[in-house]
Formats: sequence, structure tokens, C-alpha cells
Amino acid sequence: MTDMDQPSTPGADLPDHPDFLWRNPDPKPSYDVIIVGGGGHGLATAYYLAKNHGITNVAVLEKGWLAGGNMARNTTIIRSNYLWDESSGIYEHSLKLWEGLAEDLDYPILFSQRGVLNLAHTLQDVRDSVRRVNANNLNGIDAEWIDAQGVKELCPIVNISPDVRYPVLGATYQPRAGIAKHDYVAWGYARRASDMGVDLIQDCEVQGIDIVNGRVVGVQTSRGPIRAGKVALCGAGHSSVLADMAGIRVPLQSHPLQALVSEILQPVHPTVVMSNAVHVYVSQAHKGELVMGAGIDSYNGYGQRGSFHIIEDQMSAAVELFPIFARAHVLRTWAGIVDVTPDASPIVGLTEVEDLYLNCGWGTGGFKATPGVGSCFAHTVAHGRPHPYNEPFTLDRFTTGALVDEHGAAAVAH
Amino acid sequence: MQLIPCPWCGPREEVEFHYGGQAHVAYPAAPADLSDREWAEYVFFRDNPKGLFAERWVHSTGCRRWFNAIRDTGTHDFRAVYRPNEPKPVIS
Ligand SMILES: Cc1cc2nc3c(=O)[nH]c(=O)nc-3n(C[C@H](O)[C@H](O)[C@H](O)COP(=O)(O)OP(=O)(O)OC[C@H]3O[C@@H](n4cnc5c(N)ncnc54)[C@H](O)[C@@H]3O)c2cc1C
Ligand SMILES: [Zn+2]
Repeated sequence: MTDMDQPSTPGADLPDHPDFLWRNPDPKPSYDVIIVGGGGHGLATAYYLAKNHGITNVAVLEKGWLAGGNMARNTTIIRSNYLWDESSGIYEHSLKLWEGLAEDLDYPILFSQRGVLNLAHTLQDVRDSVRRVNANNLNGIDAEWIDAQGVKELCPIVNISPDVRYPVLGATYQPRAGIAKHDYVAWGYARRASDMGVDLIQDCEVQGIDIVNGRVVGVQTSRGPIRAGKVALCGAGHSSVLADMAGIRVPLQSHPLQALVSEILQPVHPTVVMSNAVHVYVSQAHKGELVMGAGIDSYNGYGQRGSFHIIEDQMSAAVELFPIFARAHVLRTWAGIVDVTPDASPIVGLTEVEDLYLNCGWGTGGFKATPGVGSCFAHTVAHGRPHPYNEPFTLDRFTTGALVDEHGAAAVAH
Repeated sequence: MQLIPCPWCGPREEVEFHYGGQAHVAYPAAPADLSDREWAEYVFFRDNPKGLFAERWVHSTGCRRWFNAIRDTGTHDFRAVYRPNEPKPVIS
């Protein structure tokens, strides 16, 4: 809560807009590793390949601009209070990296550990929440069960009246969770990766993946063919399209996911509040906007926009939980494209094509994983075998049945 | 709000409908003979194209009937709707 304790001019502690932070090279004819997708995961993977494994003859190919996909569209919630051991492993690994990331990147990322409340509105919610708190504690993750009065103390603007359609019965609380400034995270990774020799190539769409005798040898792009020793896919919402190019079938459905912000307000909201049952989640950005998100649009869509009734539902939930929001105005809405798996867990690892690696399926919740998956995926690509933290997240689990079912289990999935 | 053309009721607002995912996924003809991989394919794997997609919708708060649609997932544009007993239209 540090930056919320005293009233300050909103935005006063933000750094100036940066100069150019990375080179903009033309593609070379060949690289040791090509990473497809210049979102958070692609940039973090490039950074850790260079930093942890000394692999710097690397290109990140991005069809648009860096972080123009989900990376700078998400609502920046970071937490590790997932139910299952497999998830705890990789998300807590990630949270620990977040805790040292500004120093590691030597760049401000405005990581604010203001805590996350996941509200419970029904008796079943309460039971599931307490179970998750116990599971988290067994995994060494900070988590507490808090009653409605405790929720009110942590976040005074929450309506805990019993007379609403979905009364607040309590919440799980993870004090070390929080938010960060997503575009700075991308820039921080991009700057350091570029410094270490990684080529970040924007406006470069991968249109084909070249495979010879079951081994990947390069990619076809809008800027010509590029050869590669290894190819690592980080295409988020477009992962099915990329996997199709390699003849790999992935159990993903791409959906629009919307979010919105209010106008800039004085600090009113000291923490992060998420509610699965009424489906809204809210924090207040450093600059002062209320940042809110909801659930996915039901239909498959690559259009980076969703339907307005989703926003209406989300706002009615928000106003019931936070009556003072009725006076705020929606300033801007947008959508990203999220790649959802049947068990709401990611797919990270090797594929049936040699030297082709896949990172996808993070759906509505992969921002928090950026440092964690970046480091584990870099390890996987460098060594040709999964890191222990991503080992459970194989494509094969949909055949063997070893699912990591975080749908519902991990409260709302952002 | 987007209008969806129900093949029985005509154009209605999107909130009246629910989505049913990929169309024309048949239940396995010989379930006992399926390998684990084939079961996985039936249970978990669906097409996810960027472009034309044949999918199911139900007009939940209207006629409550299911139908199929061909929709462009890139633009969200409904290109055709057809009843379950009708063949999938060919669209270029
Ligand atoms: C509205 C919204 C709210 C969210 N809220 C949260 C949250 O609060 N907490 C959380 O943890 N997660 C959240 N997420 C999810 C999170 O943003 C994603 O899981 C994560 O960003 C995905 O990894 P990425 O950053 O690499 O993706 P992206 O930034 O989408 O990167 C993928 C990149 O691949 C590029 N690409 C695709 N195809 C090609 C091609 N053929 N050639 C070249 N480049 C290509 C795209 O242009 C894109 O830049 C949210 C997502 C959205 C949309
Ligand atoms: Zn109808």
C-alpha cells in the first residue's frame, strides 16, 4: 500500500517518456534462435536466453509493434495463489522474479505489491476459497482467509452490505500480489535484450514455418525467409494460426477479452479486488484510472474487439460492489485476443517437430507469468528439454488426462 | 449491438443468443475402438481458424432453437446461417 498512503499528484512519480530503448535492425539471414511474437513472453524469453544461457544470436519477430498484442492490453494483475501444485510452482517462481525485476532490468516497472482480494459470495465460494488458502500455505505461498469486515478494512470502498444480490462473505488475500506497469515491463525486457545483442524486428509477420525431415530450419516472413537453428512460438492469441503452419494441432480457442479504464481519479482504491461470481475485477493504476476487466466474450474471435453487453454486465457488477463508481466515467475500452485451453493452464514445451518449441494457452492470465515463463521457456529452448516448472504443462496432457484444472479452481483467471 | 440472423426469427440482438462452438463435430461412430489420442481429439481439440468458421448458436431467449452459422472470426461478420438439417453452405 506504500504508494497509496499519502495523497500525491496522480502520475507525479512516473518516469519521463523514454528515448529509443532498443535498436531497430533489419533481419539477418540466419539466427540460432528465432522467437515468434514480441509480447511479454517473447521478449522475456529472449532476455533470459541471453542472460542465463549466453545465447544472443537471437531474433524476436513481431508482426506489429512490440507489446502491441495482449502485453499492453492486460489489466496487470500479478499473483501466485493458484490451487494446484503445478501452477503454484510456475506462478510463485514468477512472483519471486517480479520482486527483483526492476533491479534486474535496471528499469522502473512500477511493481506495486498492494495485495489481491479474491471475493467469495456464496457458501461454495467460501469453501473453495478456504481450500485454496490451505493449498497455497502448504506450497509456501502467502494467503489468508479474511471475513467481510476484514475486506472492508483492507478496501473501505467495497460494499459489504448483506442486502445485495451477491453479498461479500469474505475473501482470500495474497499480500504479495499486486500490479505493475505492463508497457514498462515490455520496454525493460526489450532494452536489456537488445543491449545483449538480440535483434528485435518489428513489422515482420511470420507466414510459414519451414520444416525439413521433421526438423524446423527457418521461417517465411513478410520481410523474406530467415533460417533458424531453433524456433520458439510465443504468439498468444494467434498460437493456433502459428501451430497450423507447422502442422501441429493445439487445443486452443481464441476469444476476445475486454477491459476498460475510467477517467483519472484521486487514489480511492488501495488494493486489487477480484470477483469470480459477479465477474469483475478492479484496481487503480498509478496514474489514477480505475482499471477493470471482466470475462471473455463467448465466441471465438481474432478481431481485438468484443461485444458491448459484456461491458454493461461488468459495470453493473462493479457498481454493486463499489457504489461510488456510479459517478465515474468510462474513458476507454479495448480488447485483446486470448488463447484459452480446456483446463485453463498453459502449454509450454517441446513439440513433435524437432527444435520447434511452443508457449501458448496462457489465456486470460499470462501477464503475471511473464518473468517466470520467460526464464523457464528460455531454459527449455536452450537445453532442448523442459524446466521442472513447465514440465507438467505439456501438450500431451490432453491425451494422458494429466490436466491441471485451474478453471474455477484459481478464482477468476486473470 | 451486433444483430444475429436467426434462421427462424430473423435478425435479433446478440444478447438473445448463446454460443455453442464448432459445428459438425460428430459423436464417434465406434466409441469403444477409439485410442486415447482420438478421444482427446473429440473431447478437447477444436478448430480455431482466423477467418471463416462453421459454428453453433442457440437463440436462447427467442425460439430456443439451435442453428449453425458461418462467421468470419477475424471480422465477427456472420456470412451465412442455416438450420441443423441443412447442408453447410459453400462460401469463398
Ligand atoms: C484485456 C486483458 C486483460 C488481461 N488481464 C490480465 C491480468 O490482469 N493478469 C494477467 O496475468 N494476465 C492478464 N491477461 C493475459 C495476458 O495479457 C496474456 O496472457 C499475455 O500477455 C500473453 O503473453 P504475451 O505478452 O507474450 O502476448 P502478446 O503481447 O499478445 O504477444 C504475442 C505477440 O505475437 C505476435 N504475433 C502473432 N502472430 C504473429 C506472426 N505470425 N508473426 C509475428 N508475430 C506474431 C502478436 O502481434 C503479439 O504481439 C489479460 C489479457 C487481456 C487481453
Ligand atoms: Zn430464433
